[in-house]
Amino acid sequence: MASARAARVLPGFGLSLGFTLAYLSLIVLIPLSAVFIKAAGMGWDGFIHAVTTPRVVASYKLSFGASLLAAAINVVFGLLLAWALVRYTFPGKKLVDALIDLPFALPTAVAGIALTALYAKNGWLGQLLEPLGIQVAFTPLGVLVALVFIGLPFVVRTVQPILEDLDAEFEEAAASLGASRLQTFRRVVFPTLLPALLTGFALAFARAVGEYGSVIFIAGNIPMVSEITPLMIITKLEQYDYQGATAVASVMLMFSFTLLLLINGLQAWTSRRMGREG
Amino acid sequence: MAGAAAHLAPHSGSATRFEANVATRDAPWVKYTVLTIGLTYFVLFLMLPLVAVFAEAFRKGWEAYLAALVEPDALSAIKLTLIAAAISVPLNLVFGVAAAWAIAKFDFPGKQFLISLIDLPFSVSPVVAGLVYVLIFGAQGWIGPWLSEHDIKIIFAVPGIVLATIFVTFPFVARELIPLMQAQGRDEEEAAVTLGASGWQMFRRVTLPNIKWALLYGVILCNARAMGEFGAVSVVSGHIRGETNTMPLHVEILYNEYQFAAAFAVASLLALLALVTLAIKTYIEWRAGLNSSVETSS
Repeated sequence: MASARAARVLPGFGLSLGFTLAYLSLIVLIPLSAVFIKAAGMGWDGFIHAVTTPRVVASYKLSFGASLLAAAINVVFGLLLAWALVRYTFPGKKLVDALIDLPFALPTAVAGIALTALYAKNGWLGQLLEPLGIQVAFTPLGVLVALVFIGLPFVVRTVQPILEDLDAEFEEAAASLGASRLQTFRRVVFPTLLPALLTGFALAFARAVGEYGSVIFIAGNIPMVSEITPLMIITKLEQYDYQGATAVASVMLMFSFTLLLLINGLQAWTSRRMGREG
Repeated sequence: MAGAAAHLAPHSGSATRFEANVATRDAPWVKYTVLTIGLTYFVLFLMLPLVAVFAEAFRKGWEAYLAALVEPDALSAIKLTLIAAAISVPLNLVFGVAAAWAIAKFDFPGKQFLISLIDLPFSVSPVVAGLVYVLIFGAQGWIGPWLSEHDIKIIFAVPGIVLATIFVTFPFVARELIPLMQAQGRDEEEAAVTLGASGWQMFRRVTLPNIKWALLYGVILCNARAMGEFGAVSVVSGHIRGETNTMPLHVEILYNEYQFAAAFAVASLLALLALVTLAIKTYIEWRAGLNSSVETSS
């Protein structure tokens, strides 16, 4: 392909790339750089102090811990759901398939108040859990429930297409060589799904760490107990502590960037693997 | 990148091919165990919250429901939500088409890096997305003093809400178009130009028909997020009733004032929007699947 010459045949390169770069810079890059420039102006000691106060550290533990756990839960149940949607026929399957994306489409505040209503003491689920001594609303467990909700589609939607493209030949070969279904799943199917599972996990994790709307209603927001990191930023802003808010935000941003790199790597791995085996 | 898992990928069809094949068929007890656990999880975590929104909304009856929706603050919140979406969705649509055109049809260094940068807003917490605009346009921000001298309000006003909405919905259209247009290549457009089509004719007659379903897909997802965004908008809004409240913020205020039925009534409109979005999305996937199967069979 003589790409340099082909590039000249089609119109609009300068215009489209120029507009893309200008818009990207104005809306995303320059505003994001403001966080780092502002944080850099604090000096190292001030920065470290702002991001390591006990209340902020407690929020990291909750945000990262609950997000990891929620993503792990979604790996297990997401795989089951993806498997059911690809491999089985059952009534209502189309509806289930369409509604899996609900957490992407439903505004987070709506999800937040709905989950709170469900798990409050007099809610449909709360009144069932109350006699068991389990309290979900206004505890860290509530944070977990909200993060499970918003992370639900990620694993299903990353595993589903891989599972659909998976050729039956591999399982036929395994079966003809005398492998049991469980062995075939463990040794043939699962390794193929692993990159997609990890990608789904990372996507759900990244989304959960930054999540705000669905969590704050059900969390109760008790300092040191059920405050998530994004809420710490809001709290600091409301106290006009712009520097503190910016410092915590830059920690979150650096974490997002790291995870973004990781996810890009995982997706490259997934497509390489599918390219080789497909 | 988070949020990018939803992609226009036509499903390849029925599960009967797996269930008819001895090598890929699971024992009935496995099937029913997986289905029971999977569907219980689905009902518990997805269906119940959805049903709860409508049940709570109608708890006090139709009249209270309608009253909550036609109340002036609710109406002004609905209006502001529509305005924010009406500005941010077209802008991100134009950006998405321009970015996908440059990336898919031309070669230039740093292309992969540019794609990653476009994804960036998906991996940024909505709260941080709101904060960045406060740092620039806020009273203590970079150009805050200049703005207040000239009596321009961005933060705690409509422009800030629109900016935050644009930020969080930034990648939606581009994300859908880039992989599709890359896969389609540039042969058809090159043929059109060689045959004497103008740039606009080429785009309208060749490019647009090829990308219309993905474009529509990106737009409805972008719109759903634009109307439902909470965290980013919450930071820049200032929560002035009847002025800078969008629907999700209005839901929050009503809820915090213990007006639960009213909060859920407004929330039910947003839930309805989500359901309509999913219905259109399913329809587009079905149409796109139809198209791609027609293309492969011909």
